[in-house]
Amino acid sequence: MGETFAMKVLGRAAGKSVEEGEIVFIEPDVILTHDNSSAIIGKFESTVPGGTLHDPERLVIILDHVIPASDSKTAAGHAKVRAFVKKHGISNFFDIGNGVCHQLLPENGLAAPGSIVVGSDSHTCTYGAFNCFATGIDRTESAGIWITGKTWFRVPETICIDLTGHLSDLVSAKDLILTIIGDIGADGANYMSVEFHGPAVGSLRMCDRMTIANMGIEMGAKLAVFPADGTTYDYLSKRGVECCGAIWSDHDAPYVRNLSYDLTTIVPVVARPHSVDNVIPISDLPETPVDQVFLGTCTNGRIEDLEVAVTVLNGRKVSDRVRFLVAPASREILRKGMEMGLIQELVTAGATLLPPGCGPCLGAHQGVLAPGERCLSTANRNFKGRMGEKDSEIYLGSPETAAATALTGRITDPREVL
Amino acid sequence: MSVFRYRQDDINTDLLFPGKHTYTCSTGPEIREHLLEDLDAEFASKVQPGDIIIADRNFGCGSSREQPALGLRFVGLKAVVAKSFARIFYRSAINQGLLLVASPEAVDAYSDGDDVDVDAAAGTITVGGRAFSFPPLPAEMLEILEAGGLLEQITKKSREAGRA
Repeated sequence: MGETFAMKVLGRAAGKSVEEGEIVFIEPDVILTHDNSSAIIGKFESTVPGGTLHDPERLVIILDHVIPASDSKTAAGHAKVRAFVKKHGISNFFDIGNGVCHQLLPENGLAAPGSIVVGSDSHTCTYGAFNCFATGIDRTESAGIWITGKTWFRVPETICIDLTGHLSDLVSAKDLILTIIGDIGADGANYMSVEFHGPAVGSLRMCDRMTIANMGIEMGAKLAVFPADGTTYDYLSKRGVECCGAIWSDHDAPYVRNLSYDLTTIVPVVARPHSVDNVIPISDLPETPVDQVFLGTCTNGRIEDLEVAVTVLNGRKVSDRVRFLVAPASREILRKGMEMGLIQELVTAGATLLPPGCGPCLGAHQGVLAPGERCLSTANRNFKGRMGEKDSEIYLGSPETAAATALTGRITDPREVL
Repeated sequence: MSVFRYRQDDINTDLLFPGKHTYTCSTGPEIREHLLEDLDAEFASKVQPGDIIIADRNFGCGSSREQPALGLRFVGLKAVVAKSFARIFYRSAINQGLLLVASPEAVDAYSDGDDVDVDAAAGTITVGGRAFSFPPLPAEMLEILEAGGLLEQITKKSREAGRA
């Protein structure tokens, strides 16, 4: 019997052959933390007063969640992080305005194939797009790894998802992953590794793979991973990463479940409130007016997402019933969007441009909903209260759907408006 | 001892602790004010040390924020009993020293007013006089839980190393 991706990565890190269900202790290659670093610093300093980091080179710290600071408390948190970074000589620090952590790690060559990345953020699973074993942990565990360099993993079982066919025009990777989550449920992959296989993988761009891997956690997965191929190498080689560490499962690896999707059959869908697996084709949705549309986040704030939104808008103004918020996922994307004229087009159409960062996704600032309001968001989570008010509603959809919905003021299949 | 029974799957981290407070509330007393506020507005004022939460499937799904596990430990909750737990929350609970019991049978057996008791070391839960066993934590994780959490374990180990 062969081995899965998860068995091979954890086995290599543990220096032995491992079995599913076994607990292994390993040293993660990268430890990501963001605004929550200020709380982690407090834990670190109270556990080892005056102590040093196990390996500052493995830390990546990014301020992206509540940026620029929204009040004196968040400002103090940011200041604490900057002082700690300086004191401990942490070179991989990205201050406000650089972008969302899950965009910046790949952009800066910090998501190497076959590496183990942990992050105090549940969407750390995004780097599975780059063949990383990447998964979320809490603040306390991050502090522990800063001190000891080590943590534990249970070697997970694996679900294999085989992809065939091609996505149709105006149907996106977001529609595919929402469809998958709708089928298997919010805990359908709990504790498991999800591997994406099949001939369609090669046709998915890096941005598509990132959107899909990003949402692995929304079906409970520990990780969601793609093989490294020419598309991966092309992206990473420009960012100084050698791909020699790539790993993939054996052809006879053991899977607890096999699923297959023909991409040709996927249609535009949304996830309705208040769970990500509450998925429905837009064509089956009753008339659903919205107050706000949000295009951005680690799920869908990339240049390709801005570009397709501009294509759907096609020079038209957004509905005057709608507040259309756009947050590019990084400064690099913002700059590129300016060079390509996309930002000009979006703002002219009526968009409110937000700084590169998490924006209103987590409900702390920049677009909090009022009671009774409804938002169509390209983010990854639509839990009750997620955007700041428990009596509001979040629908999740693709960038294509976001642009179409901004135009009409009601949740709209993008194929209707082109 | 009171039991808070929430008959609901997928009780997520926003319901346990709203994300809008994630970067302004990090300590036990700060977290307590908002604990479960969008699920049960009365929980924070009612919960007493030794109380137990019983819920259905996939408890704790969503964010990696640790305020849910940290807050429940801070208020002295004895255990969360559920049919299953989401992965990051499960890990976080171990790191915070909060006992979780995954037992669909115990959840189904519970009727309002039943006494509930948990023996972590023995791996048994008693609901209304009926005992159920649950899989004990692996030794490595049990050690963290018994130390009171991950950082407490690190401190304990470093003290022991200092004495050796």
